[in-house]
Amino acid sequence: MREELKELNKYRELLMMITYRDIKVRYKQSVMGFMWAVLMPILIVMSGIVVRYAYALASHKPLGTEDITSVAVKSLPWAFFVSSIRFSCLSLINNKDLVTKIYFPKEIFPISAVMASLFDFLVASCALTIFLIAARVGVGLNLLWIPLLLATMVLTAIGIGMIVSAASLFFRDVKFIVEVFLTFGIFFTPVFYDVGMFGDKGKWLLLNPVSPILEGLSACIVRHRPPDLAWLAYALSFALVSSLGGYVFFKHLEPAFAESI
Amino acid sequence: MSDVALRMEHVYKKFRKGEVYNSLRDFLPALTGKMFSQQELSERDKRDFWALQDISFEVKRGESFGIIGPNGAGKSTILKILSRIMKPTKGSMLVNGRLSALIEVSAGFHQDLTGRENIYLNGTILGMTRREIDSKIDQIIDFSGIEEFIDTPVKRYSSGMYARLGFSVAAHVNPDVLIVDEVLSVGDYVFQLKCLKRMKEVVSEGASVLFVSHNLKSVAEFCPRTLLLERGHKVAIGPTHEVISSYLSRSRNKHSSAADSREVAITNVAVRNHLGECSRFQSGEQAWIDIEVTAYKPCSKLSVSLYLTDEKFESILDTSSERLGHGSFSLEAGEVFNCTFELCLNLATGIFHVSSLVYRYDTQTTYDRWDPAATIYLSSDEGIRGIVNCFPTVTRHGTTAKSPVSLAVLNKET
Repeated sequence: MREELKELNKYRELLMMITYRDIKVRYKQSVMGFMWAVLMPILIVMSGIVVRYAYALASHKPLGTEDITSVAVKSLPWAFFVSSIRFSCLSLINNKDLVTKIYFPKEIFPISAVMASLFDFLVASCALTIFLIAARVGVGLNLLWIPLLLATMVLTAIGIGMIVSAASLFFRDVKFIVEVFLTFGIFFTPVFYDVGMFGDKGKWLLLNPVSPILEGLSACIVRHRPPDLAWLAYALSFALVSSLGGYVFFKHLEPAFAESI
Repeated sequence: MSDVALRMEHVYKKFRKGEVYNSLRDFLPALTGKMFSQQELSERDKRDFWALQDISFEVKRGESFGIIGPNGAGKSTILKILSRIMKPTKGSMLVNGRLSALIEVSAGFHQDLTGRENIYLNGTILGMTRREIDSKIDQIIDFSGIEEFIDTPVKRYSSGMYARLGFSVAAHVNPDVLIVDEVLSVGDYVFQLKCLKRMKEVVSEGASVLFVSHNLKSVAEFCPRTLLLERGHKVAIGPTHEVISSYLSRSRNKHSSAADSREVAITNVAVRNHLGECSRFQSGEQAWIDIEVTAYKPCSKLSVSLYLTDEKFESILDTSSERLGHGSFSLEAGEVFNCTFELCLNLATGIFHVSSLVYRYDTQTTYDRWDPAATIYLSSDEGIRGIVNCFPTVTRHGTTAKSPVSLAVLNKET
């Protein structure tokens, strides 16, 4: 395994190149250019506001700025997660020529799919930052939690991405299953709502490994509180286990890729 | 580092024939079905197909090594294993240094990127660093000969330009081991020459070359040692001349004519030298070709013709017994006619096919043709390339005094 990681390091220039290609192609193909990175998060934020407004009407409470900023802060990472999994799921199939004809570590494909989505996320984050400043969300020391939370998110995405990309190479219907999960995943993840709204039953929702990350981001950015450490530890260990497990799974199947695609 | 560039030891590769489940919808029912029936296992064993069996060979540093064999012999599988795209089922292999394959030279291209961007992308995929590409980019663009379009997306390229750009990148990787698989059919004649020259440069810089081709002539010219494969087995390995002649004697073309439906048929064609039947000749050697014709119905005004073609089936010699002044012959049913052509093989190194035809010369109706009836392998001196050997020598070789005219030109320039 150490040797394999060493090899991956040797190929990091290739990883950058493929990521660069994915980003470039995506922005070249779309007429809107950089709007592409912002469009999906904006749509999610807007639907979140609609949902939140409905809650407010039903519970006869006013809709606060904090509710809206919290939806915005959680929508972006969710959009990143969805697009990472979606792109990495197809990353091997779409690069069939390279998989069957040239040798290099194939985990480069799912990882670069996640990296390209991360780039979109960073672009969208700039827009979000402006929005947050306009909404007068202050700064505080708790913002220092953000890198750890994002790293957990990226690791989780890479781990799941490696598993679904390899699985979809062998079974063509995996991509449909993944798509269904991504579409309905938003209902099982606290993006439009807060886990707190469920009271004690909220902990069941936090079992979804993405939930503690989103809740943590919302806590440290909007509410200026540190994230719930126990749940963060849970999400972090899930990220480590899934990325290591995903890597082992991927490497185990890799020799059969060229023959099975 | 040792002087071995490439080694394969007892390599086996198994493939599975038949249907493979490629969706969960099919796989899950099949899996549960399998749990209940034991029969499945033995059936699975039957579906196994060995693409390679016990292949061992070694290529030294700086050596050019050829692999030949009919379609389906396992040549591509060997290349895929060496380039680590596939893992051998059993056995081991070793590659010393950077390996570059001129197999799918444009596999890494992305349609929407420009030529220049694709050079960087493909170069990185083939194992070059960014800095390396930076230093070589002008050379690569120049080699491809498409500077004009280098900032155009490659989806607008013609297929020739596409392949040329791909080859140009691959040719500048500076590998320790270079795998070449029939890529020289890319581009026009000038570009092919450029590629061949570049390949020789790579060899002279000390790289080893593994050359896989159906073109026996270029294998004979390029590689001193060759491996012959057939149905995944190693049939012969050794000096290229010997391996090629054993390949030719194994793959003799059977005459498929349903003899009884014809009036006259060619029943045997044999090529021999002064010692007896053989398929390997020295350039300039005498050869005899025996042709046997059998008649099933009475026929008259018959003649036998003989063709020689090169490896690409381009005609080199076309003659007939009648045109050589022997007139025609007639046969009764059941009669056998024999004729022997004697010829001097003034041909350069290469593969040549011998074909024969029996026809009625006044109406020009062909009764039977055997094409090719035999294949022979010619070897000539190193210095002779091309098709024919006119036995050239250099009779004058030296510098003469400067002529008054050239002196005048030189003075003018300075």
